[in-house]
Amino acid sequence: MTQKIKSAETSVVLKKIKDENKEKKYQRIKKVSIFTSVLIIAILIGSIFAIKGTGFISSNDASNISNADTVFMIISSILVMLMTPALALFYGGMVRKKNVLGTIMQSFAALGIVSIIWFLYGYSLAFGGDVANLIGNFDFIMQKNVSLASIEGGTIPEQLFFIFQMMFACLTPALITGAFAERFKFKSYLLFLILWITFIYCPLAHWVWGGGWISKIGGLDFAGGLVVHIASGAAALACCIMLGSRKGYKKENMPPHNLTLTFIGLMFLWVGWFGFNSGSALSASTLAITAFVNTQLGAAAGLLAWIGTEYLHRGKVTVLGGMSGTLAGLVGITPACGFVTPVSSIIIGIITGMICYVLTTFKGFFKYDDSLDVIGIHGTGGIAGSILTGIFATVLVNSDGANGLFYGSLELFNAQIISTIASVLFAFFGTLLILYITNKISPIRVSEFEEMQGLDISQHGENAYRLQI
Amino acid sequence: MKKIEAIIKPYKIEEIKNSLVEIGIHGMTVTYVEGFGSQGGHTESYRSAEIAVSFLPKIKIEIVVDNEKLENVIEAIIKHAKTDSDGAIGDGKIFIYNIENAIRIRTGEEGSVAL
Repeated sequence: MTQKIKSAETSVVLKKIKDENKEKKYQRIKKVSIFTSVLIIAILIGSIFAIKGTGFISSNDASNISNADTVFMIISSILVMLMTPALALFYGGMVRKKNVLGTIMQSFAALGIVSIIWFLYGYSLAFGGDVANLIGNFDFIMQKNVSLASIEGGTIPEQLFFIFQMMFACLTPALITGAFAERFKFKSYLLFLILWITFIYCPLAHWVWGGGWISKIGGLDFAGGLVVHIASGAAALACCIMLGSRKGYKKENMPPHNLTLTFIGLMFLWVGWFGFNSGSALSASTLAITAFVNTQLGAAAGLLAWIGTEYLHRGKVTVLGGMSGTLAGLVGITPACGFVTPVSSIIIGIITGMICYVLTTFKGFFKYDDSLDVIGIHGTGGIAGSILTGIFATVLVNSDGANGLFYGSLELFNAQIISTIASVLFAFFGTLLILYITNKISPIRVSEFEEMQGLDISQHGENAYRLQI
Repeated sequence: MKKIEAIIKPYKIEEIKNSLVEIGIHGMTVTYVEGFGSQGGHTESYRSAEIAVSFLPKIKIEIVVDNEKLENVIEAIIKHAKTDSDGAIGDGKIFIYNIENAIRIRTGEEGSVAL
Protein backbone atom coordinates (compact mmCIF):
# COMPACT_ATOMS: atom_id res chain seq x y z
CA MET A 1 0.00 0.00 0.00
CA THR A 2 2.67 2.49 1.09
CA GLN A 3 4.73 1.49 -1.88
CA LYS A 4 1.87 2.42 -4.21
CA ILE A 5 1.53 5.84 -2.59
CA LYS A 6 5.28 6.29 -2.84
CA SER A 7 5.37 5.39 -6.50
CA ALA A 8 2.47 7.77 -7.14
CA GLU A 9 4.42 10.54 -5.41
CA THR A 10 7.53 9.70 -7.40
CA SER A 11 5.66 9.85 -10.65
CA VAL A 12 4.30 13.29 -9.72
CA VAL A 13 7.80 14.51 -8.95
CA LEU A 14 9.16 12.96 -12.14
CA LYS A 15 6.39 14.60 -14.17
CA LYS A 16 7.20 17.93 -12.54
CA ILE A 17 10.89 17.58 -13.45
CA LYS A 18 9.93 16.65 -16.99
CA ASP A 19 7.68 19.70 -17.28
CA GLU A 20 10.40 21.92 -15.87
CA ASN A 21 12.89 20.58 -18.39
CA LYS A 22 10.40 21.26 -21.19
CA GLU A 23 9.90 24.77 -19.89
CA LYS A 24 13.70 25.30 -19.73
CA LYS A 25 14.12 24.03 -23.26
CA TYR A 26 11.36 26.35 -24.43
CA GLN A 27 13.00 29.29 -22.65
CA ARG A 28 16.31 28.44 -24.25
CA ILE A 29 14.82 28.33 -27.72
CA LYS A 30 13.14 31.66 -27.00
CA LYS A 31 16.48 33.16 -25.88
CA VAL A 32 18.29 31.86 -28.96
CA SER A 33 15.67 33.25 -31.31
CA ILE A 34 15.73 36.67 -29.60
CA PHE A 35 19.53 36.73 -29.76
CA THR A 36 19.54 35.77 -33.42
CA SER A 37 16.99 38.38 -34.39
CA VAL A 38 18.83 41.12 -32.46
CA LEU A 39 22.03 40.09 -34.22
CA ILE A 40 20.39 40.17 -37.65
CA ILE A 41 18.89 43.62 -36.98
CA ALA A 42 22.27 44.88 -35.75
CA ILE A 43 23.97 43.59 -38.90
CA LEU A 44 21.32 45.24 -41.09
CA ILE A 45 21.71 48.60 -39.33
CA GLY A 46 25.45 48.18 -39.42
CA SER A 47 25.56 47.49 -43.12
CA ILE A 48 23.52 50.65 -43.79
CA PHE A 49 26.19 52.62 -41.92
CA ALA A 50 28.90 50.73 -43.66
CA ILE A 51 27.57 51.41 -47.12
CA LYS A 52 27.28 55.11 -46.28
CA GLY A 53 30.96 55.56 -45.71
CA THR A 54 33.82 53.17 -45.11
CA GLY A 55 37.42 53.28 -46.03
CA PHE A 56 36.81 50.93 -48.91
CA ILE A 57 34.74 53.55 -50.69
CA SER A 58 36.55 56.74 -49.71
CA SER A 59 40.02 57.68 -50.88
CA ASN A 60 42.33 54.86 -51.87
CA ASP A 61 45.31 57.06 -52.57
CA ALA A 62 48.36 54.82 -52.29
CA SER A 63 51.06 57.35 -53.12
CA ASN A 64 52.80 57.36 -49.70
CA ILE A 65 52.54 53.65 -49.08
CA SER A 66 55.71 51.60 -48.87
CA ASN A 67 55.28 47.97 -49.85
CA ALA A 68 58.14 46.84 -47.63
CA ASP A 69 56.66 48.55 -44.56
CA THR A 70 53.24 47.15 -45.36
CA VAL A 71 54.50 43.57 -45.59
CA PHE A 72 56.45 44.02 -42.36
CA MET A 73 53.39 45.33 -40.55
CA ILE A 74 51.13 42.59 -41.85
CA ILE A 75 53.55 40.02 -40.45
CA SER A 76 53.86 41.93 -37.17
CA SER A 77 50.07 42.00 -36.81
CA ILE A 78 49.94 38.25 -37.35
CA LEU A 79 52.62 37.74 -34.69
CA VAL A 80 50.77 39.89 -32.16
CA MET A 81 47.53 38.03 -32.90
CA LEU A 82 49.35 34.81 -31.96
CA MET A 83 50.03 36.18 -28.49
CA THR A 84 46.44 35.89 -27.26
CA PRO A 85 46.07 32.13 -27.95
CA ALA A 86 49.64 31.76 -26.62
CA LEU A 87 48.52 33.38 -23.40
CA ALA A 88 45.59 30.96 -23.26
CA LEU A 89 48.09 28.06 -23.29
CA PHE A 90 50.48 29.82 -20.91
CA TYR A 91 47.76 30.39 -18.32
CA GLY A 92 45.95 27.13 -19.14
CA GLY A 93 48.96 25.05 -18.10
CA MET A 94 49.32 26.87 -14.80
CA VAL A 95 45.83 26.19 -13.44
CA ARG A 96 44.48 22.92 -12.09
CA LYS A 97 43.18 20.59 -14.77
CA LYS A 98 39.52 21.12 -13.89
CA ASN A 99 39.90 24.78 -14.94
CA VAL A 100 42.06 24.56 -18.06
CA LEU A 101 39.28 25.08 -20.61
CA GLY A 102 37.68 27.84 -18.56
CA THR A 103 41.02 29.64 -18.50
CA ILE A 104 41.67 29.13 -22.20
CA MET A 105 38.16 30.34 -23.01
CA GLN A 106 38.69 33.64 -21.19
CA SER A 107 41.57 34.57 -23.49
CA PHE A 108 39.89 33.03 -26.52
CA ALA A 109 36.67 35.00 -25.97
CA ALA A 110 38.67 38.23 -25.86
CA LEU A 111 39.77 37.62 -29.47
CA GLY A 112 36.13 37.49 -30.55
CA ILE A 113 34.59 40.27 -28.48
CA VAL A 114 37.39 42.83 -28.61
CA SER A 115 37.87 42.47 -32.38
CA ILE A 116 34.24 43.40 -32.98
CA ILE A 117 34.25 46.22 -30.41
CA TRP A 118 37.45 47.59 -31.93
CA PHE A 119 35.68 47.69 -35.30
CA LEU A 120 32.45 49.18 -33.89
CA TYR A 121 33.87 52.01 -31.75
CA GLY A 122 37.09 50.98 -29.97
CA TYR A 123 39.48 52.26 -32.62
CA SER A 124 37.55 55.50 -32.79
CA LEU A 125 37.69 56.07 -29.01
CA ALA A 126 41.43 55.35 -28.95
CA PHE A 127 42.65 56.97 -32.15
CA GLY A 128 39.83 59.33 -33.19
CA GLY A 129 40.14 63.11 -33.01
CA ASP A 130 41.17 64.30 -29.56
CA VAL A 131 38.52 65.35 -27.03
CA ALA A 132 39.93 67.23 -24.01
CA ASN A 133 43.19 65.20 -24.18
CA LEU A 134 41.28 62.29 -22.64
CA ILE A 135 39.55 60.28 -25.33
CA GLY A 136 39.00 60.00 -29.08
CA ASN A 137 35.85 61.17 -30.81
CA PHE A 138 33.44 59.18 -32.99
CA ASP A 139 35.13 59.94 -36.35
CA PHE A 140 36.19 56.34 -36.97
CA ILE A 141 33.07 54.53 -35.79
CA MET A 142 32.58 51.29 -37.77
CA GLN A 143 35.68 52.13 -39.81
CA LYS A 144 34.08 55.28 -41.15
CA ASN A 145 36.93 57.43 -42.53
CA VAL A 146 39.47 54.65 -41.96
CA SER A 147 40.92 54.42 -45.42
CA LEU A 148 43.42 52.31 -47.28
CA ALA A 149 45.51 55.44 -47.77
CA SER A 150 48.56 55.88 -45.59
CA ILE A 151 48.38 56.98 -41.94
CA GLU A 152 49.44 60.47 -41.00
CA GLY A 153 53.23 60.70 -41.12
CA GLY A 154 53.55 57.01 -41.95
CA THR A 155 53.89 54.68 -44.89
CA ILE A 156 51.33 51.96 -44.18
CA PRO A 157 47.59 51.90 -44.93
CA GLU A 158 45.44 53.14 -42.06
CA GLN A 159 43.43 49.91 -42.09
CA LEU A 160 46.65 48.02 -41.39
CA PHE A 161 47.37 50.28 -38.43
CA PHE A 162 43.78 49.62 -37.30
CA ILE A 163 44.25 45.84 -37.37
CA PHE A 164 47.71 46.02 -35.74
CA GLN A 165 46.25 48.00 -32.85
CA MET A 166 43.28 45.61 -32.67
CA MET A 167 45.63 42.76 -31.76
CA PHE A 168 47.01 44.78 -28.83
CA ALA A 169 43.49 45.46 -27.62
CA CYS A 170 42.65 41.73 -27.73
CA LEU A 171 45.73 40.79 -25.72
CA THR A 172 45.43 43.30 -22.87
CA PRO A 173 42.20 42.13 -21.18
CA ALA A 174 43.32 38.51 -21.70
CA LEU A 175 46.40 39.30 -19.56
CA ILE A 176 44.17 40.23 -16.61
CA THR A 177 42.46 36.82 -16.62
CA GLY A 178 45.51 35.28 -14.90
CA ALA A 179 44.72 37.22 -11.73
CA PHE A 180 41.21 35.85 -11.33
CA ALA A 181 41.86 32.38 -12.72
CA GLU A 182 39.68 29.52 -11.51
CA ARG A 183 36.80 31.63 -10.09
CA PHE A 184 35.26 34.17 -12.52
CA LYS A 185 31.74 33.49 -13.82
CA PHE A 186 31.96 33.31 -17.62
CA LYS A 187 28.76 35.26 -18.37
CA SER A 188 29.86 38.10 -16.12
CA TYR A 189 33.35 37.95 -17.61
CA LEU A 190 31.96 38.80 -21.04
CA LEU A 191 30.25 41.89 -19.63
CA PHE A 192 33.41 42.84 -17.72
CA LEU A 193 35.42 42.45 -20.94
CA ILE A 194 33.17 44.83 -22.88
CA LEU A 195 33.16 47.47 -20.12
CA TRP A 196 36.92 47.21 -19.50
CA ILE A 197 37.96 47.59 -23.11
CA THR A 198 35.58 50.53 -23.54
CA PHE A 199 36.27 52.50 -20.37
CA ILE A 200 39.87 51.59 -19.47
CA TYR A 201 41.79 50.40 -22.53
CA CYS A 202 40.48 52.87 -25.12
CA PRO A 203 41.10 56.00 -23.01
CA LEU A 204 44.57 54.77 -21.96
CA ALA A 205 45.56 53.98 -25.54
CA HIS A 206 44.37 57.45 -26.48
CA TRP A 207 46.41 59.09 -23.71
CA VAL A 208 49.61 57.44 -24.85
CA TRP A 209 49.32 56.88 -28.60
CA GLY A 210 46.19 58.72 -29.79
CA GLY A 211 47.36 62.25 -28.99
CA GLY A 212 46.13 62.40 -25.38
CA TRP A 213 47.77 64.09 -22.41
CA ILE A 214 50.57 61.60 -21.73
CA SER A 215 51.97 61.98 -25.22
CA LYS A 216 51.72 65.77 -24.74
CA ILE A 217 53.72 65.85 -21.48
CA GLY A 218 56.39 63.80 -23.24
CA GLY A 219 55.84 60.39 -21.62
CA LEU A 220 57.38 57.59 -23.68
CA ASP A 221 55.90 54.15 -24.20
CA PHE A 222 57.30 52.44 -27.27
CA ALA A 223 55.20 49.29 -27.46
CA GLY A 224 52.70 49.32 -24.64
CA GLY A 225 54.28 49.17 -21.20
CA LEU A 226 51.69 51.61 -19.86
CA VAL A 227 48.73 50.72 -22.01
CA VAL A 228 49.14 46.95 -21.97
CA HIS A 229 51.17 45.83 -18.98
CA ILE A 230 50.68 48.47 -16.31
CA ALA A 231 46.98 48.67 -17.18
CA SER A 232 46.48 44.91 -16.94
CA GLY A 233 48.60 44.68 -13.77
CA ALA A 234 46.67 47.42 -11.97
CA ALA A 235 43.36 45.96 -13.17
CA ALA A 236 44.51 42.57 -11.89
CA LEU A 237 44.99 43.99 -8.39
CA ALA A 238 41.45 45.40 -8.47
CA CYS A 239 40.13 42.00 -9.58
CA CYS A 240 41.91 40.18 -6.74
CA ILE A 241 40.45 42.59 -4.19
CA MET A 242 36.90 42.42 -5.57
CA LEU A 243 36.81 38.65 -6.16
CA GLY A 244 38.61 37.38 -3.09
CA SER A 245 40.88 34.37 -2.91
CA ARG A 246 40.22 30.97 -4.40
CA LYS A 247 38.51 28.48 -2.13
CA GLY A 248 41.22 26.69 -0.18
CA TYR A 249 43.95 29.21 -1.12
CA LYS A 250 47.02 28.71 1.08
CA LYS A 251 45.39 25.64 2.67
CA GLU A 252 45.41 23.28 -0.29
CA ASN A 253 48.09 22.57 -2.87
CA MET A 254 47.32 24.26 -6.17
CA PRO A 255 50.20 23.21 -8.43
CA PRO A 256 50.19 23.93 -12.19
CA HIS A 257 48.70 20.93 -13.99
CA ASN A 258 50.79 21.00 -17.19
CA LEU A 259 53.94 23.08 -17.40
CA THR A 260 54.78 21.83 -20.89
CA LEU A 261 51.59 23.54 -22.09
CA THR A 262 52.77 26.67 -20.29
CA PHE A 263 56.13 26.40 -22.04
CA ILE A 264 54.52 26.18 -25.49
CA GLY A 265 52.48 29.25 -24.58
CA LEU A 266 55.51 31.19 -23.41
CA MET A 267 57.54 30.40 -26.53
CA PHE A 268 54.72 31.67 -28.75
CA LEU A 269 54.48 34.77 -26.56
CA TRP A 270 58.21 35.37 -27.02
CA VAL A 271 57.94 34.98 -30.79
CA GLY A 272 54.84 37.18 -30.85
CA TRP A 273 56.66 39.81 -28.84
CA PHE A 274 58.95 40.56 -31.80
CA GLY A 275 55.87 41.63 -33.75
CA PHE A 276 54.65 43.50 -30.69
CA ASN A 277 57.86 45.47 -30.11
CA SER A 278 59.54 45.87 -33.46
CA GLY A 279 56.15 46.22 -35.16
CA SER A 280 55.58 49.26 -32.98
CA ALA A 281 58.15 51.05 -35.14
CA LEU A 282 55.37 50.96 -37.78
CA SER A 283 57.95 50.53 -40.54
CA ALA A 284 60.62 48.06 -41.65
CA SER A 285 63.24 50.52 -40.48
CA THR A 286 66.44 50.59 -38.42
CA LEU A 287 64.24 51.46 -35.46
CA ALA A 288 62.42 48.14 -35.86
CA ILE A 289 65.77 46.33 -35.80
CA THR A 290 66.82 48.20 -32.65
CA ALA A 291 63.59 47.14 -30.97
CA PHE A 292 64.09 43.55 -32.17
CA VAL A 293 67.60 43.32 -30.73
CA ASN A 294 66.60 44.99 -27.46
CA THR A 295 63.62 42.65 -27.06
CA GLN A 296 65.75 39.54 -27.37
CA LEU A 297 68.41 40.90 -25.00
CA GLY A 298 65.85 42.03 -22.43
CA ALA A 299 64.13 38.65 -22.45
CA ALA A 300 67.40 36.73 -22.15
CA ALA A 301 68.62 38.96 -19.30
CA GLY A 302 65.29 38.53 -17.50
CA LEU A 303 65.50 34.75 -17.86
CA LEU A 304 69.01 34.63 -16.40
CA ALA A 305 68.25 37.14 -13.65
CA TRP A 306 65.25 35.13 -12.43
CA ILE A 307 66.88 31.72 -12.44
CA GLY A 308 70.06 33.17 -10.91
CA THR A 309 68.15 34.75 -8.04
CA GLU A 310 66.13 31.58 -7.67
CA TYR A 311 69.29 29.47 -7.48
CA LEU A 312 70.74 31.68 -4.76
CA HIS A 313 67.45 31.70 -2.86
CA ARG A 314 66.30 28.09 -3.16
CA GLY A 315 69.27 26.18 -4.50
CA LYS A 316 67.35 24.94 -7.55
CA VAL A 317 66.47 26.38 -10.93
CA THR A 318 62.90 25.80 -12.13
CA VAL A 319 61.42 25.89 -15.63
CA LEU A 320 58.44 27.91 -14.42
CA GLY A 321 60.92 30.33 -12.88
CA GLY A 322 62.80 30.64 -16.17
CA MET A 323 59.54 31.27 -17.99
CA SER A 324 58.50 33.90 -15.45
CA GLY A 325 61.85 35.67 -15.77
CA THR A 326 61.64 35.70 -19.56
CA LEU A 327 58.17 37.19 -19.36
CA ALA A 328 59.32 39.78 -16.80
CA GLY A 329 62.23 40.75 -19.06
CA LEU A 330 59.93 41.08 -22.07
CA VAL A 331 57.46 43.20 -20.10
CA GLY A 332 60.26 45.41 -18.80
CA ILE A 333 61.79 46.04 -22.21
CA THR A 334 58.44 46.76 -23.90
CA PRO A 335 58.20 50.51 -23.19
CA ALA A 336 61.95 50.99 -23.63
CA CYS A 337 62.86 48.88 -26.66
CA GLY A 338 62.78 51.72 -29.20
CA PHE A 339 64.66 54.23 -27.06
CA VAL A 340 67.58 52.46 -25.36
CA THR A 341 70.91 50.89 -26.27
CA PRO A 342 71.44 47.11 -26.17
CA VAL A 343 73.52 47.38 -22.97
CA SER A 344 70.70 49.26 -21.28
CA SER A 345 68.29 46.53 -22.44
CA ILE A 346 70.30 43.92 -20.62
CA ILE A 347 70.35 46.06 -17.48
CA ILE A 348 66.58 46.62 -17.75
CA GLY A 349 66.02 42.88 -18.20
CA ILE A 350 68.12 42.01 -15.16
CA ILE A 351 66.51 44.61 -12.91
CA THR A 352 62.94 43.70 -13.95
CA GLY A 353 63.62 39.97 -13.62
CA MET A 354 64.96 40.39 -10.10
CA ILE A 355 62.26 42.80 -8.92
CA CYS A 356 59.53 40.51 -10.25
CA TYR A 357 61.16 37.52 -8.54
CA VAL A 358 61.15 39.31 -5.21
CA LEU A 359 57.54 40.44 -5.57
CA THR A 360 56.09 37.11 -6.66
CA THR A 361 58.07 35.29 -3.97
CA PHE A 362 56.94 37.52 -1.16
CA LYS A 363 53.37 38.04 -2.32
CA GLY A 364 52.37 35.75 0.57
CA PHE A 365 52.69 38.75 2.88
CA PHE A 366 49.85 40.47 1.06
CA LYS A 367 46.34 39.15 1.48
CA TYR A 368 45.37 38.95 -2.19
CA ASP A 369 45.33 35.81 -4.35
CA ASP A 370 46.97 36.87 -7.61
CA SER A 371 46.66 33.33 -8.96
CA LEU A 372 49.03 33.47 -11.93
CA ASP A 373 51.07 36.51 -10.87
CA VAL A 374 49.72 39.19 -13.21
CA ILE A 375 50.48 41.93 -10.66
CA GLY A 376 53.84 40.38 -9.83
CA ILE A 377 55.00 40.18 -13.44
CA HIS A 378 52.96 42.46 -15.73
CA GLY A 379 52.21 45.13 -13.12
CA THR A 380 55.60 45.23 -11.44
CA GLY A 381 57.53 44.57 -14.65
CA GLY A 382 55.54 47.26 -16.46
CA ILE A 383 56.13 49.86 -13.76
CA ALA A 384 59.84 49.00 -13.56
CA GLY A 385 60.16 49.14 -17.37
CA SER A 386 58.38 52.46 -17.59
CA ILE A 387 60.55 54.09 -14.92
CA LEU A 388 63.74 52.54 -16.34
CA THR A 389 62.80 54.01 -19.74
CA GLY A 390 62.95 57.39 -18.00
CA ILE A 391 66.46 56.52 -16.86
CA PHE A 392 68.03 54.82 -19.89
CA ALA A 393 66.33 56.41 -22.92
CA THR A 394 68.62 58.32 -25.24
CA VAL A 395 68.21 60.35 -28.41
CA LEU A 396 71.29 58.61 -29.79
CA VAL A 397 69.08 55.58 -30.43
CA ASN A 398 65.88 57.32 -31.47
CA SER A 399 65.77 61.01 -32.29
CA ASP A 400 62.00 61.00 -31.70
CA GLY A 401 62.62 59.90 -28.09
CA ALA A 402 64.21 61.90 -25.29
CA ASN A 403 67.17 61.72 -22.94
CA GLY A 404 66.66 59.94 -19.63
CA LEU A 405 68.13 60.51 -16.19
CA PHE A 406 71.30 58.61 -17.09
CA TYR A 407 71.89 60.99 -20.02
CA GLY A 408 71.45 64.07 -17.86
CA SER A 409 67.83 65.06 -18.31
CA LEU A 410 65.17 65.08 -15.61
CA GLU A 411 62.23 65.98 -17.84
CA LEU A 412 61.57 62.54 -19.30
CA PHE A 413 62.03 60.86 -15.92
CA ASN A 414 59.37 63.10 -14.38
CA ALA A 415 57.01 62.47 -17.29
CA GLN A 416 57.51 58.71 -16.88
CA ILE A 417 56.78 58.83 -13.15
CA ILE A 418 53.65 60.95 -13.62
CA SER A 419 52.30 58.85 -16.49
CA THR A 420 53.02 55.59 -14.63
CA ILE A 421 51.26 56.74 -11.46
CA ALA A 422 48.33 58.12 -13.45
CA SER A 423 47.92 54.89 -15.44
CA VAL A 424 48.08 52.72 -12.33
CA LEU A 425 45.50 54.82 -10.48
CA PHE A 426 43.19 55.11 -13.49
CA ALA A 427 43.26 51.40 -14.32
CA PHE A 428 42.97 50.35 -10.67
CA PHE A 429 40.03 52.53 -9.63
CA GLY A 430 38.33 52.24 -13.02
CA THR A 431 38.46 48.45 -12.81
CA LEU A 432 37.14 48.48 -9.24
CA LEU A 433 34.15 50.49 -10.43
CA ILE A 434 33.59 48.27 -13.47
CA LEU A 435 33.69 45.13 -11.34
CA TYR A 436 31.26 46.71 -8.87
CA ILE A 437 28.82 47.50 -11.67
CA THR A 438 29.27 44.08 -13.30
CA ASN A 439 28.64 42.41 -9.97
CA LYS A 440 25.36 44.34 -9.58
CA ILE A 441 24.17 43.17 -13.00
CA SER A 442 25.48 39.61 -12.83
CA PRO A 443 27.51 38.07 -9.96
CA ILE A 444 31.20 38.00 -10.87
CA ARG A 445 32.15 34.96 -8.84
CA VAL A 446 31.03 31.38 -9.39
CA SER A 447 29.21 29.62 -6.56
CA GLU A 448 31.21 27.55 -4.09
CA PHE A 449 29.94 24.34 -5.65
CA GLU A 450 30.79 25.48 -9.20
CA GLU A 451 34.27 26.44 -8.05
CA MET A 452 34.77 23.01 -6.53
CA GLN A 453 33.51 21.37 -9.72
CA GLY A 454 35.88 23.49 -11.81
CA LEU A 455 35.12 26.03 -14.52
CA ASP A 456 35.31 23.48 -17.35
CA ILE A 457 32.24 21.58 -16.24
CA SER A 458 30.35 24.33 -14.40
CA GLN A 459 30.79 27.14 -16.96
CA HIS A 460 31.24 25.34 -20.25
CA GLY A 461 29.94 21.80 -19.77
CA GLU A 462 33.03 20.15 -21.23
CA ASN A 463 36.10 18.32 -20.05
CA ALA A 464 39.66 18.82 -21.31
CA TYR A 465 41.17 15.45 -20.54
CA ARG A 466 39.39 12.13 -20.68
CA LEU A 467 41.89 9.55 -19.54
CA GLN A 468 39.73 6.46 -19.88
CA ILE A 469 37.88 5.26 -23.00
CA MET B 1 45.99 -20.74 -4.35
CA LYS B 2 47.45 -17.50 -3.08
CA LYS B 3 47.34 -13.93 -4.28
CA ILE B 4 50.56 -11.94 -3.99
CA GLU B 5 50.17 -8.19 -3.89
CA ALA B 6 53.45 -6.30 -4.14
CA ILE B 7 53.94 -2.55 -3.97
CA ILE B 8 57.21 -1.57 -5.61
CA LYS B 9 59.21 1.35 -6.97
CA PRO B 10 57.97 2.20 -10.46
CA TYR B 11 61.33 1.86 -12.23
CA LYS B 12 61.72 -1.73 -10.95
CA ILE B 13 58.69 -3.09 -12.81
CA GLU B 14 60.49 -4.34 -15.96
CA GLU B 15 63.17 -6.15 -13.99
CA ILE B 16 60.63 -7.87 -11.72
CA LYS B 17 58.37 -8.83 -14.62
CA ASN B 18 61.27 -10.44 -16.51
CA SER B 19 62.39 -12.40 -13.45
CA LEU B 20 58.86 -13.70 -12.85
CA VAL B 21 58.44 -14.74 -16.48
CA GLU B 22 61.71 -16.66 -16.12
CA ILE B 23 60.35 -18.72 -13.22
CA GLY B 24 57.20 -19.56 -15.16
CA ILE B 25 54.66 -16.92 -14.17
CA HIS B 26 52.59 -16.14 -17.24
CA GLY B 27 50.17 -13.47 -16.07
CA MET B 28 49.89 -10.52 -13.75
CA THR B 29 47.88 -7.34 -13.17
CA VAL B 30 49.67 -4.04 -12.72
CA THR B 31 48.22 -0.80 -11.32
CA TYR B 32 49.81 2.62 -11.05
CA VAL B 33 49.15 3.81 -7.51
CA GLU B 34 50.17 6.61 -5.14
CA GLY B 35 50.73 6.48 -1.43
CA PHE B 36 53.08 7.08 1.44
CA GLY B 37 54.90 5.08 4.08
CA SER B 38 58.09 5.65 5.98
CA GLN B 39 59.85 7.03 2.87
CA GLY B 40 57.80 10.28 3.12
CA GLY B 41 57.43 12.70 0.22
CA HIS B 42 59.36 15.58 -1.33
CA THR B 43 58.80 19.29 -1.93
CA GLU B 44 58.18 21.03 -5.24
CA SER B 45 58.25 24.78 -5.82
CA TYR B 46 56.19 26.80 -8.29
CA ARG B 47 57.13 30.49 -8.12
CA SER B 48 56.16 31.46 -4.59
CA ALA B 49 54.35 28.22 -3.78
CA GLU B 50 56.30 25.54 -1.93
CA ILE B 51 54.30 22.35 -2.22
CA ALA B 52 54.80 19.27 -0.05
CA VAL B 53 54.04 16.19 -2.14
CA SER B 54 53.16 13.45 0.31
CA PHE B 55 51.85 10.82 -2.12
CA LEU B 56 54.61 9.16 -4.11
CA PRO B 57 54.03 7.14 -7.28
CA LYS B 58 54.35 3.36 -6.88
CA ILE B 59 53.33 0.30 -8.85
CA LYS B 60 51.12 -2.44 -7.45
CA ILE B 61 51.53 -5.94 -8.92
CA GLU B 62 48.87 -8.59 -8.34
CA ILE B 63 49.65 -12.24 -9.12
CA VAL B 64 47.63 -15.36 -8.25
CA VAL B 65 49.71 -18.56 -8.08
CA ASP B 66 49.57 -22.18 -6.94
CA ASN B 67 50.81 -22.73 -3.39
CA GLU B 68 53.97 -24.49 -4.53
CA LYS B 69 55.09 -21.54 -6.68
CA LEU B 70 54.54 -19.02 -3.87
CA GLU B 71 58.03 -19.17 -2.32
CA ASN B 72 59.79 -18.76 -5.67
CA VAL B 73 57.71 -15.74 -6.60
CA ILE B 74 58.25 -13.99 -3.26
CA GLU B 75 61.97 -14.66 -3.46
CA ALA B 76 62.17 -13.24 -6.97
CA ILE B 77 60.23 -10.10 -6.04
CA ILE B 78 62.32 -9.43 -2.95
CA LYS B 79 65.54 -9.96 -4.88
CA HIS B 80 64.66 -7.62 -7.71
CA ALA B 81 62.64 -4.94 -5.89
CA LYS B 82 65.58 -4.04 -3.65
CA THR B 83 67.55 -0.88 -4.34
CA ASP B 84 71.16 -2.13 -4.65
CA SER B 85 71.88 -5.26 -2.65
CA ASP B 86 71.11 -3.76 0.76
CA GLY B 87 67.73 -2.26 -0.06
CA ALA B 88 66.48 1.19 0.94
CA ILE B 89 63.49 2.82 2.61
CA GLY B 90 60.70 2.98 0.02
CA ASP B 91 61.45 -0.33 -1.72
CA GLY B 92 57.91 -1.51 -1.01
CA LYS B 93 55.92 -4.30 0.62
CA ILE B 94 54.46 -7.71 -0.21
CA PHE B 95 51.05 -8.93 0.99
CA ILE B 96 49.72 -12.48 0.64
CA TYR B 97 46.06 -13.51 0.56
CA ASN B 98 44.22 -16.79 0.36
CA ILE B 99 42.22 -17.25 -2.83
CA GLU B 100 38.99 -19.24 -2.77
CA ASN B 101 38.66 -20.02 -6.44
CA ALA B 102 39.63 -18.90 -9.93
CA ILE B 103 37.45 -19.22 -13.03
CA ARG B 104 38.47 -18.78 -16.67
CA ILE B 105 35.66 -16.83 -18.29
CA ARG B 106 36.09 -18.28 -21.80
CA THR B 107 35.84 -21.96 -20.85
CA GLY B 108 34.39 -21.92 -17.35
CA GLU B 109 37.38 -23.98 -16.02
CA GLU B 110 37.91 -23.62 -12.28
CA GLY B 111 40.84 -23.84 -9.84
CA SER B 112 44.53 -23.74 -10.66
CA VAL B 113 44.00 -24.80 -14.29
CA ALA B 114 42.26 -21.46 -14.77
CA LEU B 115 45.35 -19.48 -13.78
